[in-house]
Amino acid sequence: MIIASKLNLNFEFVEKARSIAKLIANDIQIFINNHTTTTIERTICRLLGIDGTDEYGVPLPNIVVDHVIKKGQINKGVALYLGNAIISTNLSPQNIAEKICQGQLIITDFPRESLSEIKMALSSIIKKNLDVIRRNRQKREELIERYGEKIEPLIYIIVATGNIYEDIVQAEAAARQGADVIAVIRSTGQSLLDYVPYGSTTEGFGGTYATQENFRLMRSALDEVSEEEGRYIRLTNYCSGLCMPEIAAMGAFERLDMMLNDALYGILFRDINMQRTLIDQYFSRMINAFAGVIINTGEDNYLTTDDAYEAAHTVLASQFINEQFATLAGLKEEQMGLGHAFEMDPNLENGFVYELAQAQMAREIFPNAPLKYMPPTKFMTGNVFKGHIQDALFNIITILTNQRIHLLGMLTEAIHTPFMSDRALSIENAKYIFKNMKDLGDEITFKEDGMMQHRANEVLNKTLELLSQIEKEGLFKTIEKGIFAGIKRPIDGGKGLDGVIQKDKEYFNPFLEQMSIELNLRGEK
Amino acid sequence: MGGGLYSTGKKEFDKNLDITRIKPYGDTMNDGKVQISFTLPIEDGDKAIYAAIDLSKKMGIEDPSVVYHQFLDDNFTFFIIYGELIHTVDVTKIKTESVKVESMTMEEINQYINENIKRKLIVIGATTGTDAHTVGIDAIMNMKGFAGHYGLERYEMIEAHNLGSQVSNEEFIKRAIEIKADVLLVSQTVTQKDIHVKNLTNLVDLLEAEGIREKVILICGGARITNELSKELGYDAGFGSNTFAETVASFFIHEYLNRKKKNG
Repeated sequence: MIIASKLNLNFEFVEKARSIAKLIANDIQIFINNHTTTTIERTICRLLGIDGTDEYGVPLPNIVVDHVIKKGQINKGVALYLGNAIISTNLSPQNIAEKICQGQLIITDFPRESLSEIKMALSSIIKKNLDVIRRNRQKREELIERYGEKIEPLIYIIVATGNIYEDIVQAEAAARQGADVIAVIRSTGQSLLDYVPYGSTTEGFGGTYATQENFRLMRSALDEVSEEEGRYIRLTNYCSGLCMPEIAAMGAFERLDMMLNDALYGILFRDINMQRTLIDQYFSRMINAFAGVIINTGEDNYLTTDDAYEAAHTVLASQFINEQFATLAGLKEEQMGLGHAFEMDPNLENGFVYELAQAQMAREIFPNAPLKYMPPTKFMTGNVFKGHIQDALFNIITILTNQRIHLLGMLTEAIHTPFMSDRALSIENAKYIFKNMKDLGDEITFKEDGMMQHRANEVLNKTLELLSQIEKEGLFKTIEKGIFAGIKRPIDGGKGLDGVIQKDKEYFNPFLEQMSIELNLRGEK
Repeated sequence: MGGGLYSTGKKEFDKNLDITRIKPYGDTMNDGKVQISFTLPIEDGDKAIYAAIDLSKKMGIEDPSVVYHQFLDDNFTFFIIYGELIHTVDVTKIKTESVKVESMTMEEINQYINENIKRKLIVIGATTGTDAHTVGIDAIMNMKGFAGHYGLERYEMIEAHNLGSQVSNEEFIKRAIEIKADVLLVSQTVTQKDIHVKNLTNLVDLLEAEGIREKVILICGGARITNELSKELGYDAGFGSNTFAETVASFFIHEYLNRKKKNG
């Protein structure tokens, strides 16, 4: 579909901004390619089939990686040692992990075979496990084909009871009421755990732990509702924090459909070390690209700390940068749920008009991306009646500007995690507006040289300036200065820096290699 | 069900305001009108409606009228109910516990500190525990502030340190000691399963263990925080939502000087 620009945007500037963002991302990519992290190594363990925990609940992937760290060999990567151990022991990676756990095996002690033999020893396991992910991708495509893809905005709701079984009750009800995407909010603080909890969980604060078993339980419940409703209900979780690629791998195994996976979010909002996050996001996004998962980015969060009018250009600049990092990781435009949000101050005169201009701007600059549009949160209050109207205005912008992933606003946003009835009322609100205003957007053109055209081009100009400045100073410096969201982070500060590892020349990540080939990334390097 | 737009029922109650027997107001004094909504875990139908009516009566609602009921899922029904509350409250017997401070402006506060304390007050703030929300602490501390009210970082006579979110109580105290903070601000947004109460209590315990509780002014804030709760937990004050930096600052400069007077 070709959308004529309603905003009379300067597309020369758009292309210029895009090419500068590419330079910014390429600059960081050199750094990324020279490093791995503890969570990337644990992800390799998981993709090789290592799962489960020891008697204290420590995940086996952590035990294996810590074991290699203790032996001082982690810069060569776990794949090298696991492959080598397979040749000597003829055991599966899971058996090897169990033996390490029981103290019966020291993985670095076996005679070293050649690199090609090691890769050969791993190849059948790699193929088998990647086939699981390929089949999941295929199954998703088949189901969407069978039920038919929804054209209208996808209604995205969250569940957050802390108990996966209660989440399922809430998710099923929401799906029947009309939700298309279910996100299971994670327990507060999970992003700062340097491991992924195991098994089904029933206790969490402000959300439910992301575990592979919880993923499986929810996916299976949603498959049943999908069948009932004749609509494919998508499942979302969060690849952010200290375990980005591990969560991506677990999601790929359990057929999650969307993942929050921002390049900068963890740095700014969870104070995770910037080197760590940038290295992690690359492999995490590559797994998502391979699994056919749509990623969501977190620019909306900038506007919870910064002003939606004044900081609009930081959102657009970040979208450009996220787009380039996503491209480097093999994600297609159709998999890039770039984020923005309806956070204009309700007291701002013409706030809705500016917001409409900015949402349309995002739509026109990223025409193929399934944009993720977030509801009002900052200015929501205990006045649920006004809140319902704020959400209605937000719904109107979505349908007028064809946003794709519509994170449904809740009238009780400022009060509690949603009740079942809050969700039902909010879904009703959105469906009403989407239906009544379905084609209004196509009927509207914006006034030539009017305030909306001016607003969009103003934001674009400022974005171009900001990107040029970032390109000059480098992304690391920019974050140190607090350009995004007004939050400053030092390059060696934050959590997780101790998990950043410079690769040895022998290092290899067989999954990154295989996925790069299949995602056609090899030629570009 | 439903009384329609116009109530034709006789109104045979006393229509004079009596603040010792106050009740909700719809459109006539003492009519007791309330609206409530809730979900019952039961299939939509007559039984569900009667269950909702009976429950409303038990809440003290006379003539409850189910104006709307909606299927939410196979075994869940949503109700909107209007009715007349039988209960009353004696307002003369209520004691309020909100913080009583005369709010000064940023300029007045700067001047006041300059003249009376004669040095910058050092304030440290954070969202502690696993809570990731910075909205509250930022509203009070960020240069930009909230809704046109500048945050403490902009105050000339206040040295403000905002540690952000997910700061452990131990780390918070360590930093507070390092920078010799006069005032500690703690923000809590997540209140599920009373996690905020546990966390706030833990902070007081740790401060006492360090022997510095009495040396600092300790204030908490958040959407679900009341001054009453805060005092109970051992804080000097607690502020709810829609509190601005100048209100908090007005409180702590007065508290600072009061303590100084007391201690000679």
